[in-house]
Amino acid sequence: MSAVEVNNIVKSYNHKRVVDDISFSVDQGEIFGLIGPNGAGKTTTIRMMMDITKPDSGKVEIFGESLGEDTKNRIGYLPEERGLYRKMRIVESLVYLASLKGMDSQLAARRADELLARVDMLPHKGKKIEELSRGMGQIIQFLVTIIHEPKLVILDEPFAGLDPVNTELLKQMIFDLRNRGTAIILSTHRMNEVEELCDRVLMIDDGRCVLYGELAEIKSRYRNNSIFLESEGDVGEIEGVIGRRENRGYVELFLDGETSAGDVLQQLVARGIMINRFEVSTPSLNEIFLQIVGEEHE
Amino acid sequence: MNKTLLIMKHEFLNMVKTKGFIILTLAFPVIALLAIGIYQIVQGASREPIEAVNIGYIDEIGEFDDFTNQPGDITFSAYGTQEEATSALLAEDINEFIIISSDYVATGRIDRYTLEKELEPAEKTQWAMKSFLLSNLLQGQTSLEIAERVKYPMWLNNIRLEKTGDIASDQGGFTAFMIPFMLSVLLLMAIFSSSGTLLQGLGEEKENRVMEILLSSISARQLLTGKVLGLGATGLVQMVIWLLSATFLLRLVSTTIGGMFSGIQVPVSMLVLGIVYFILGYLLFAVIMTAVGAVGTSARHSQQLSMLFIMPSILPFYVLFFFMRDNPDHIVSTVFTMIPITAPMTIFVRFALSEIPVWELALSITLLVIAIVGGLILAAKVFRAFVLMYGKSPGLREIVRSLRLA
Repeated sequence: MSAVEVNNIVKSYNHKRVVDDISFSVDQGEIFGLIGPNGAGKTTTIRMMMDITKPDSGKVEIFGESLGEDTKNRIGYLPEERGLYRKMRIVESLVYLASLKGMDSQLAARRADELLARVDMLPHKGKKIEELSRGMGQIIQFLVTIIHEPKLVILDEPFAGLDPVNTELLKQMIFDLRNRGTAIILSTHRMNEVEELCDRVLMIDDGRCVLYGELAEIKSRYRNNSIFLESEGDVGEIEGVIGRRENRGYVELFLDGETSAGDVLQQLVARGIMINRFEVSTPSLNEIFLQIVGEEHE
Repeated sequence: MNKTLLIMKHEFLNMVKTKGFIILTLAFPVIALLAIGIYQIVQGASREPIEAVNIGYIDEIGEFDDFTNQPGDITFSAYGTQEEATSALLAEDINEFIIISSDYVATGRIDRYTLEKELEPAEKTQWAMKSFLLSNLLQGQTSLEIAERVKYPMWLNNIRLEKTGDIASDQGGFTAFMIPFMLSVLLLMAIFSSSGTLLQGLGEEKENRVMEILLSSISARQLLTGKVLGLGATGLVQMVIWLLSATFLLRLVSTTIGGMFSGIQVPVSMLVLGIVYFILGYLLFAVIMTAVGAVGTSARHSQQLSMLFIMPSILPFYVLFFFMRDNPDHIVSTVFTMIPITAPMTIFVRFALSEIPVWELALSITLLVIAIVGGLILAAKVFRAFVLMYGKSPGLREIVRSLRLA
């Protein structure tokens, strides 16, 4: 059973389709990237998954059930622009918001202590939210998201504004969750985070789905069939290479479409050329994104 | 625990902890206590030994010889001429003197001479002069009893009867006026202060985006119901504190000041209806304010919008008190009783002025409850549609459209 099943959802505001016929599914134990530029419809899609707004048409199922109070209890949500009750103490915030997710408050208090210990913030548990630094506040916000042990966690730009140490801490906790079978949706417009963390992605632009599938598969699909080669001495003519571009320290070889990277490597090895780097070029997600969005807008 | 109750508890604790709530709740008993204290001090100061007053008079008619000793230790002394009286006044033998001129019976004119600069003569002195003049004028014309009656033609004693002919428990008058009046003032203050706190809280939740976390956990209706109930509980606590302190203060007042306060007996029916309308009115405003808070872009904007609803609720206060005192059963007051937003104030005002038919009460309470529940459902829809739209407040047409869609 998949964690999330979204079918053909549509949402309009003021006669403009903000989300236009989007479908996707998220499996348990995977990190799913929801990517696209600002204003593409990511947040609206997320809100429909949590029953905050209703789609005009289409259907959302969470763990095979249609949306309701029970499904809300199983979702943890980290909103993009974060905030908590500024005057409330850390531990009170954690327990109160966990109890709104249907968790027993004594259990929530124990869990809060565990989590605070995990991020080395147990000594600060009595502090008010407004006394925390931005990074600490963000970590607390993440703890609020996961304290009730949700089976589906939705993170909207979780790394924005975090320093490298906290970023690493957060990534580690996200991987832990994934390894325990939690489904994680990561919504962001930073492609490097997606490449590092996600198994599969959905890219939306202008409310429409433009790319959906496994990250590795997408990358190979958008490969422009070239090889980066760093070697000592000139390689000379190679069969199947129809063009080359000299770069600083390396050369990019463009293949004719019938020759594989292996064929090229064999030829190079046969000629006894010293190879320092041989890499099948894959475009970054960022390049793919620019390519697609560029095409869309042409 | 039920999520609505969790929200209610959270809101209640938050509200009760605010400075505004504590100050307002304590202000009423503290101010009343201070007022009693000041009254005591003022009374103590004015209870100095009564000074004897000696009033000189020049009788140009020649019939004002008797009754020279009047109550309040005031004596009248006759002088032959104005010069004699003036020198007696300057010598402080007398405090003042009057001239009963020869045409007094025809004109009623009395010239009074005094050394004091004053707004008008003391009431006690005036009364003594009237009594002195009347007694002498009527002497021989009628009996002493009749002369006394002329001074006090009546002691008015009002007794209100029920339709059955029994003496009514609610005698009207000062008590019947005072209690509803206090209730309406308290309700207004409570609505003003708590709606401010509510709007501020909502504004904060919108601004720091806690709202999104709340809505990812509970439905808009649960959130609103919890908030409204939390606010209602706050109102109830405030009311109970006020009632308890009022009971205590009344007892204190009737033993110390006495007089008009000793007769105060609050009819139970009035008290019960008062509390019912207080709570219902409070809840209705809580519902309205949450809807306003959802639509408003900031706490300040919401507060401006909220005036649109607070103003009409005060309307009956002015209309009924000032324009319809003599005709409180006018059709307008019935209409005001039926409109939920004006009902609580109207009921309080009408309590003070006249009797309210039972069917009107029943219908008005029913309508008020329907308005609260219906308002809550509508508010949840408005809330759901607009609470997460930041920075732009919807026009009336958009609100109506979203209600139709939702």
